[in-house]
Amino acid sequence: MTTPTWKNPVVNWIDYRLPIFTFTHHSLVDYPTPRNLNYWWNFGSLAGILLVIMIASGLFLAMNYQPNTDLAFASVERIMRDVNFGWLLRYIHANGASFFFIVVYVHIFRGLYFGSYKAPREILWILGVFILLAMMGTAFLGYVLPWGQLSFWAAKVITNLFTVIPFVGEPIVQWLWGGFSVDNPTLNRFFALHFLMPFVIIGLVFLHLWALHQHKSGNPLGVDIKGPQDTIPFHPYYTAKDMFGLGVLLTLYMFFVFFYPNFFGEPLNYVQANPSSTPASIVPEWYFLPFFAILRSIPDKLGGIIAFGGAFVVLLIMPWLDRSKVRSATFRPIYKYVFWLLVIDMFLLGWVGGQKPEGWPLLLGQIGTAYYFIHFLLLIPWISRKETPLPVPESIASAVLPESGTATQGASQ
Amino acid sequence: MSDTAATVENSGGHGSHDSHDGETRRDFLLISTVAVGAVGAGLAAWPFVDSMNPSLDVLALKSIEVDISPIEEGQAITVFWRGNPVFIRNRSKKEIDAARAEKMSDLKDPEKDEDRVQKPNWLVMVGNCTHLGCIPLGQRTGEPKGNFNGWFCPCHGSHYDTSGRIRLGPAPSNLVVPPYTFASDTTIVIG
Repeated sequence: MTTPTWKNPVVNWIDYRLPIFTFTHHSLVDYPTPRNLNYWWNFGSLAGILLVIMIASGLFLAMNYQPNTDLAFASVERIMRDVNFGWLLRYIHANGASFFFIVVYVHIFRGLYFGSYKAPREILWILGVFILLAMMGTAFLGYVLPWGQLSFWAAKVITNLFTVIPFVGEPIVQWLWGGFSVDNPTLNRFFALHFLMPFVIIGLVFLHLWALHQHKSGNPLGVDIKGPQDTIPFHPYYTAKDMFGLGVLLTLYMFFVFFYPNFFGEPLNYVQANPSSTPASIVPEWYFLPFFAILRSIPDKLGGIIAFGGAFVVLLIMPWLDRSKVRSATFRPIYKYVFWLLVIDMFLLGWVGGQKPEGWPLLLGQIGTAYYFIHFLLLIPWISRKETPLPVPESIASAVLPESGTATQGASQ
Repeated sequence: MSDTAATVENSGGHGSHDSHDGETRRDFLLISTVAVGAVGAGLAAWPFVDSMNPSLDVLALKSIEVDISPIEEGQAITVFWRGNPVFIRNRSKKEIDAARAEKMSDLKDPEKDEDRVQKPNWLVMVGNCTHLGCIPLGQRTGEPKGNFNGWFCPCHGSHYDTSGRIRLGPAPSNLVVPPYTFASDTTIVIG
């Protein structure tokens, strides 16, 4: 961690006054990173890049969008047909939302498997859950803007959730709407807030990275960095690895943008909003489905919303639910398998969320919801007390370098 | 005066007594300053918060007049009031009887049919399901009317009876009766 000296006198002059080059060098070049990170560690930086793509495409869409109930739908169609490359911008933005959630969900499950939420990274983890919540809010607000049938009815149903608040529920909903129903004032403010939220997310990401750099990245072995032999500089090792991951991600992402741009969308949202006709089925975007299933599986309005909120609370308190001292599931013979039950459960809930809430999908949803809470509130605390972990390696270097324990700069391979 | 000061100074009591005194005063000043500041910040925030409430032009669309003369017995129309659908139904004798025959103990949100209407045949209610605001089906002929021959919400399966009362499903309460008056036998004013 030497302070670099800059050859360029202009850079030197600036850096003496505002050490931006030194800062960048420390956090993106020198930055000591565990030498054993696997590809699951790509998803943090991929999420960051997607945030930038979303902000950039969104900015240019905003230049052509009209937040007015009479004009919004037509302005989106104008973007699709008349604005140069408008179709591309919109498909990048719409599919980008889906890929942002895919990447962030993988990132979260990476954290759950490798114990990334454990001391001293609890605040880092909590900030991550806040980022997820902010993303969900942003996605919901953005989905309303095209003013299609699902935009309108999603807005109406979701804002109506607030009516369960005793006494002040009704005034709060009218305050959110700026009227007595979802209407023009609602669309105006949703546009303003949708524009604001990404900057809130940037703020949260900044804190997330600050907390990350305080104790550095975790790693697949879950053991702390003990010395320079355990790390390699971020550049070029992980810049290269991240760029390769980005290439794979962009290939997939652009495959959908160019060949199946409406794969993640609902055809019904190409019908203009009609406040006098509720569509036969209102399905949220796929990334909400597991949580939507939890909301609907409780047959009581207030109970459903409490369960919905609780689904995020258990994520927030994860660092205190899991008492195991061992971070990585690699060395946890029971949790290693139980983790996958949660993955299966999320897919199950995701499927249920897209079905009509009746008959056996409803029952499956209730089982899935019950498991979700049992997993976090009973299984994880219980396993972390009962399980006997396997021996954890002494250090990263001793586990991954052939001449273990010699603590030399890896003359490996 | 100077000798008192000297005595206190000598005893060492001056400093401690006075600073103790000063601390409470400072505490008071600090707390009251923060309190006044918080109230001020709250008052300054209120215009911003209140600007999001329904504006005057929205509130100006307070009431609408509806001509109900063309609605035959057994028919219903839907009008829009403040952006929400309002169901106006000219109920048949059979529907009224069915609504009035129900026992209060069978109802999730007990309310007498008599209390929900001004004239027995005219049922006027806001057509938003009290669960999450979808529009229940049952206004047009051929639409499903649910198990109680009233309305059925397709979103999450709430069933309403011929008085618009919730009978089955997740909705917590009966369909809301808006404020309305009969301006004449054939005209009602909603709002």
